[in-house]
Amino acid sequence: MANLKQLSQIPERLSGGHRLCAGCGASIALRQVLLGAGNSPVVIGSATGCLEVATTIYPYTAWKVPFIHNAFENSAATISGVETAYRALKKKGKIDKEIKFLAVGGDGGTYDIGLQSLSGVLERGHRMVYVCYDNEAYMNTGIQRSGATPRGASTTTAPAGEVRPGKMEFRKDLTAICAAHHIPYVAQANISYWNDLVTKAQKAFAAEGPAFLNILAPCPRGWRFPGEDTIEIGKLAVETGFWPLYEIENGALKVTYKPRNRKPVVDWLKAQGRYKHLFKPGNEAIIEAIQENVNKIWEKLEKGILI
Amino acid sequence: MLEAGKDMLETEKCVVKAITGDQAAAEAMRQINPDVVAAYPITPQTEIVMTYSQFVANGLVDTEFIPVESEHSAMSACVGAAAAGARTMTATSANGLALMWEIVYIAASTRLPIVMPLVNRALSAPINIHCDHSDSMGARDSGWIQMYCENAQEVYESIIMAVRIAEHPDVLLPVMVCQDGFITSHAVEGVRIFEDRIVKDFIGSYKALFPLLDVEKPVTYGPLDLQDYYFEHKRQQSEAIKNAIRVIPEIAAEFEKISNKNYGFIEEYQMEDAEIAILALNSTCGTTKAVVDKLRGNGVKAGLLKLRFFRPFPAEKIISSLSKMKAVAILDRSESFSNCGGPVFNEVRSAFYESENTPLITNYIYGLGGRDINTFQIESVYNNLLEIVKQNKVKNLVNYLGVRG
Repeated sequence: MANLKQLSQIPERLSGGHRLCAGCGASIALRQVLLGAGNSPVVIGSATGCLEVATTIYPYTAWKVPFIHNAFENSAATISGVETAYRALKKKGKIDKEIKFLAVGGDGGTYDIGLQSLSGVLERGHRMVYVCYDNEAYMNTGIQRSGATPRGASTTTAPAGEVRPGKMEFRKDLTAICAAHHIPYVAQANISYWNDLVTKAQKAFAAEGPAFLNILAPCPRGWRFPGEDTIEIGKLAVETGFWPLYEIENGALKVTYKPRNRKPVVDWLKAQGRYKHLFKPGNEAIIEAIQENVNKIWEKLEKGILI
Repeated sequence: MLEAGKDMLETEKCVVKAITGDQAAAEAMRQINPDVVAAYPITPQTEIVMTYSQFVANGLVDTEFIPVESEHSAMSACVGAAAAGARTMTATSANGLALMWEIVYIAASTRLPIVMPLVNRALSAPINIHCDHSDSMGARDSGWIQMYCENAQEVYESIIMAVRIAEHPDVLLPVMVCQDGFITSHAVEGVRIFEDRIVKDFIGSYKALFPLLDVEKPVTYGPLDLQDYYFEHKRQQSEAIKNAIRVIPEIAAEFEKISNKNYGFIEEYQMEDAEIAILALNSTCGTTKAVVDKLRGNGVKAGLLKLRFFRPFPAEKIISSLSKMKAVAILDRSESFSNCGGPVFNEVRSAFYESENTPLITNYIYGLGGRDINTFQIESVYNNLLEIVKQNKVKNLVNYLGVRG
């Protein structure tokens, strides 16, 4: 468990004044993750995306730690290069510090275009943490669908229209895909549960090998809710069971937070404009299917099964 | 080149090894002993990666090797490692280069001195594993320095020189060292190998300017660079490649001290009194030399201009060498599909635009997909040049050599 008093002593690595939207879940996710690194030096790599473009507009940078952006699909491979350089130089006595390595990507850079790069890194066993800030669509380029976009959500490339109710497919289970690499630590987290998230980040940074965190990061612009509601929206995702909080530590699955009385998924859907069309007559079956899917995920989780 | 009666200065410290062009590349890499190598195997580069992996497995190098899952990740990891402050290398061919394309540009624009042996192979489709230069010629505008090698010996020596060129503070650009797939990469030659110590001393140790791993002085690599600065950064990149024109001869002069070989931008073969010449790259130069020798025996004043660097493009050297010719044939082992000839032809011809003495220039596209080029074909090019001189006119600007139809 993270201790708030201790966390408050940890220096801020991402300074204010960056150009992310008010209420953006990505910067909250990253600040909480970095608290998990404690006082260790951290080198960060980011995929192209909201976080990268809004924090590093030349000649400014919001990062008080070494930071590298290479391209969209390769933050994992890039940081694997940095981490390998670190091992090589350390072996030669050119570096003596203990340094942590963090690669970051949005769901576009992680679930989709960067999946191969991430898989390679997890299989090769680099000692680094990969964080996906999952806002469930390509937000940086204007809310296009991704492999993380949930069924029923309206995006600009799978919009709700006269004959299609937004995205037709369920999201892919990236956390399970990463777990299938049998790495030391995999977890799902959410910015609205800071203690759970920071604790998971601490475990991820302490792991003797690759660690993966999938963090739900609400996006006011893309999900269509007021920016001041970010934390509440994040809570709804968990309380309705839509986004379970769990970890797989050295192969052992553990639900880290179980909502006492799971709220109906409708509560989560209703709070966001991207699901507005689902409440028109004729779309009841889609809402039912989404609820059924949540129920199924929890049935398995309660039996200790991920997939 | 090696002068008669004068051997390598360090000759007693050299051994001659019977190795392929790929093994020569791996041997140079072993002696360079980079901090990080990230590579993905692809024919005909595979032997470089296999040989190097064995060096790692046998503890002959200190390198941390990253067996990445693709060439895209190979170059991505190289960018990360080089930005971190490590001396970094990779190697590839054709489709591998194509897959890493996006990051090839990023490596150059981020000014990371990565050295990459490139074993030239035809790009798909149709899929073909044999030599042509469509891969490296496609990357000619990526910002990398490009060296071209006639044989395994040149491959070995060019890779060693490439490290110094790439890391020179006035340059700081990645270098690809090209050789012909299978023709040199898989042919066994006697290659003179320096003693390890000589290479180590020549390349020196590497200290990056702004390493990511210097956590006391945090830097941001790869920021968003918009209308207000991007152009200036590109302009600086142009200056860097211009600086390479000055720096390369300096490093070549240093290399001459250990090798007694003078590697310039170009190599002239029988050009002093030549009237007709061929300009070519890589292994075809060896074949052309044999033809020049034969023609010289017949009293034909034929010569060869071997281009060792295509980037930076040594326009002045080329003009000064070729302007004395009556007619010149540019051999291109790739097609640019511009309907105006191959890439080397276009740049050479353009370089002559304002020159007072411009020879008659024609283009031959040859050897695509590894199609063999033989001495008879090269002789036919010289014969055509004689005809061009006679008629004082280039009838066909672009010719295809050794192809049906």
